Amino acid sequence: MPDMSALFFWLLAAIIIASALAVVLLKNIVHSALYLVLTFVGVAGLYILLNAEFLAAVQLLVYAGAVAILIVFAVMLTRRGDIRASNLFNVNYLAAAVVSLALFIVITLATGRMAWTATPGQAPAGNVGAIADAFLGHFAIPFEIAAVLLLVAMVGAILLARGGKQDQ
Amino acid sequence: MIKYAWLIPVFPAVAFPIIIFLTRKVRLLSALVAIAAIAASFVMAVGVLREVFLLGVTMEKPVEYAAPWLQIPGLLKIEAGILIDPLAAVMLLVVTLVALLVEIYSVGYMHGDPGFSSFFSYLSLFSASMLGLVLANNYFMIFFFWELVGLCSYLLIGFYYHKHSAARAGLKAFVTNRVADFGFMLGFFFLFAMFGTFNFRELAEAIPGYQNTGFLALAAALVFIGPIGKSAQFPLHVWLPDAMEGPTPVSALIHAATMVAAGVYLLARAFVLFASLPGIMLLVAYVGGFTALFSATIAVAQRDIKRILAYSTMSQLGYMVMAMGVGSMTAGMFHLMTHAFFKALLFLGAGSVIHALEEQDIFRMGGLYKDMKVTASTFIIAALALAGLPPLAGFWSKDEILAAAFDHGFTGLYILGTLVAFLTAFYMFRLIFVAFFGNRRAGLHGHESPLTMTIPLLILAVLSVVAGFVGTPFASHGFSTFVYYGEPHHVEPNYAVMLLSTLVALAGIGLAWLLYGRPSDVPEKLATRYRSIYTLLVNKFYIDEIYMWLFRRVVLGLSEAFNWHDRHVVDGIFDGVGDLTRISGQKLRFLQTGNLQTYALVIFTAVVIIALWMAAPVLGGVIQ
Amino acid sequence: MITLNHYLALGGLLFCIGLFGALAKRNAVAVLMGIELMLNAVNINLVAFNHFLEPARVTGQVFAIFVIVVAAAEVAVGLALVLNIYRRRLDSNVDDLDWLRW
Repeated sequence: MPDMSALFFWLLAAIIIASALAVVLLKNIVHSALYLVLTFVGVAGLYILLNAEFLAAVQLLVYAGAVAILIVFAVMLTRRGDIRASNLFNVNYLAAAVVSLALFIVITLATGRMAWTATPGQAPAGNVGAIADAFLGHFAIPFEIAAVLLLVAMVGAILLARGGKQDQ
Repeated sequence: MIKYAWLIPVFPAVAFPIIIFLTRKVRLLSALVAIAAIAASFVMAVGVLREVFLLGVTMEKPVEYAAPWLQIPGLLKIEAGILIDPLAAVMLLVVTLVALLVEIYSVGYMHGDPGFSSFFSYLSLFSASMLGLVLANNYFMIFFFWELVGLCSYLLIGFYYHKHSAARAGLKAFVTNRVADFGFMLGFFFLFAMFGTFNFRELAEAIPGYQNTGFLALAAALVFIGPIGKSAQFPLHVWLPDAMEGPTPVSALIHAATMVAAGVYLLARAFVLFASLPGIMLLVAYVGGFTALFSATIAVAQRDIKRILAYSTMSQLGYMVMAMGVGSMTAGMFHLMTHAFFKALLFLGAGSVIHALEEQDIFRMGGLYKDMKVTASTFIIAALALAGLPPLAGFWSKDEILAAAFDHGFTGLYILGTLVAFLTAFYMFRLIFVAFFGNRRAGLHGHESPLTMTIPLLILAVLSVVAGFVGTPFASHGFSTFVYYGEPHHVEPNYAVMLLSTLVALAGIGLAWLLYGRPSDVPEKLATRYRSIYTLLVNKFYIDEIYMWLFRRVVLGLSEAFNWHDRHVVDGIFDGVGDLTRISGQKLRFLQTGNLQTYALVIFTAVVIIALWMAAPVLGGVIQ
Repeated sequence: MITLNHYLALGGLLFCIGLFGALAKRNAVAVLMGIELMLNAVNINLVAFNHFLEPARVTGQVFAIFVIVVAAAEVAVGLALVLNIYRRRLDSNVDDLDWLRW
């Protein structure tokens, strides 16, 4: 009987790849946005498989929640013309496909041939507690800086979205 | 006094800007400034000559004052300095004296000319440059003043610039001299490359011991090109006859003291260079001799009074160069000095005639003696001096040249020189008999010139008589123990040479009297009889025409070729480079789409390639 | 048995799909979506490395959270930019934008 986690992995991998392809290939930008949410959810599932429950929760909240909403808003605000042909390829798509494929092959082959050496150890029982310790201990300064970054990004986004004075 | 000798050229040099900027409007003041300046120089020159005697300055022990001008240690050293030896002292005196007399004369001659003030400023600059040239203690300085002299001659020959022929003559003098100057410049650069100095004294010490005579001969030949141009030797003589387009006082100055004397003076200054090279000396001697004969024959057939005198100058310069060439610097400089006086007198006399008649063709003059007694008699004295009759100045100096040629074994040149003496006497008295005696041909009446013009004539006439006595072989301590190269030597009078040249001069005068002294048709008959020779002489051996032809054929042809080359090859290359840049830019422009995604695509292509390269060890075997 | 390499291959594939989207789409919002996919692929790698190679510590997860933070900021600013561009040009197609040329 196959391992349950392996089964889940293949299932989630199939969902992620299929929906990611849908994001890229579909011609309707609204559909793309919805499949993007599906991809995010699939990735959150992977996190659970990898014993990163807190991260899975963050993924769902931030990506599937906030980011997806933002994107849908953007789609709505910039909509123009036929929505069914709102997400087309540009002239370089063949070259882009070749480059992407080549990069994939190189990455897969290179990582596939690496001999990884694991450090033995037991995963901490309380995932959330361990992350909290890390953030407020060892990573306190990056944590604070990340907070500042978020603030700056928020202010910047508001400024940019408002537009300059000449637009009013 | 000798310490302040550097002031001699400074006086007239300062007069030049003063006249140009301050006194231009006030004509007489301009003349006064110029004359005062040159008179001060003259007084200084007399003082310098006196101290040269008193202090016992000799050719071996000159006085030199120098200040560094441009100095790059180990590479270049140019001095601004003066060198005073008997040679320079004599030249200073001659130049200042002739210039002074010419300037006084010009007050009368240029009276009423619109360019009166600027004429005096140019004369001042001209004298200043010549005096600077005489005092220079190195080749670089001498070249500097050499060029200034050339520039002033251009300004003065082309003084009547509104006259086409005068403007052209100025240009011709300038261009011809540029050709010669270029040779001179190359020559002393060669010397500098060999010895590392421009200084005359240092060169004089270095040259005699120098082994590589091939290079030395090349340098000497190049330096000699300078005097060929400045002193109007064949084949660069063409500018001098045309220089007659300038005002007559300028001609007097050019022919007597400043311009053409510069070439001979340079030969004397650089004599140590030539003296060590017999081959070059021979070349110098024959160029001089040939020029003397060549221009004397042309002078025989000319009709223009100033042109006759011009060819006569060329001929006498040939004598001087020949004297240098046969090894007697003393004779050359002596003749330069005496010639300066009587040639200045001849030109000023001719100017007086022209001033009175406004006519230059001698066959339209005649009987002028009755109208202009002073001019005519001084002119005749000068002509006698030029013809070389004893005891006038020209006799002693010319005789010394002939004796030197004879003594040094140049019999051919001696015969040639004697022949030239005969021709000189002939053409001068042809001029005199035609212009001053006989009937009035064109009904032109002369009148005597004002005192400002006749007084210089009289002074110069006295000098033409007595100037030769300083160098007569009968005097024990003459010119030859003062200005010399090598050992001071005393010339023994050579009675055979003296007698022969006197006879020859008399024969020339006699022939002139036979042909032109009384009304006769012999000259016309001779001219028709030997028509081809006569035309050849009248047309000055067609040298100008030959140059013109050469110029058209060679220079214009070459220019055409260079033009084509420049247009098609040189321009082609550069246009090609330009086109390449432009066209490639036009094509490559499309790479810059300005589109973010295109750039990202290129970046990631590069990422793939770099990843491939970096992953190669890991991939080993799969992708090679 | 699912190994680290499986996860890495999945991450690589997701990254390349995202890259393709970012490079080949005309719509600026779609380009942003491609970038989100790429960031997610990186996160999968980080967490997988953490899980398989250093299970005792949570460093990979902390990194992933930082990436998420940056991604959130990026989306916010990016979308604001898209809106601004759209307002100026009434278009959200990036292939018409050649402002980098000047």
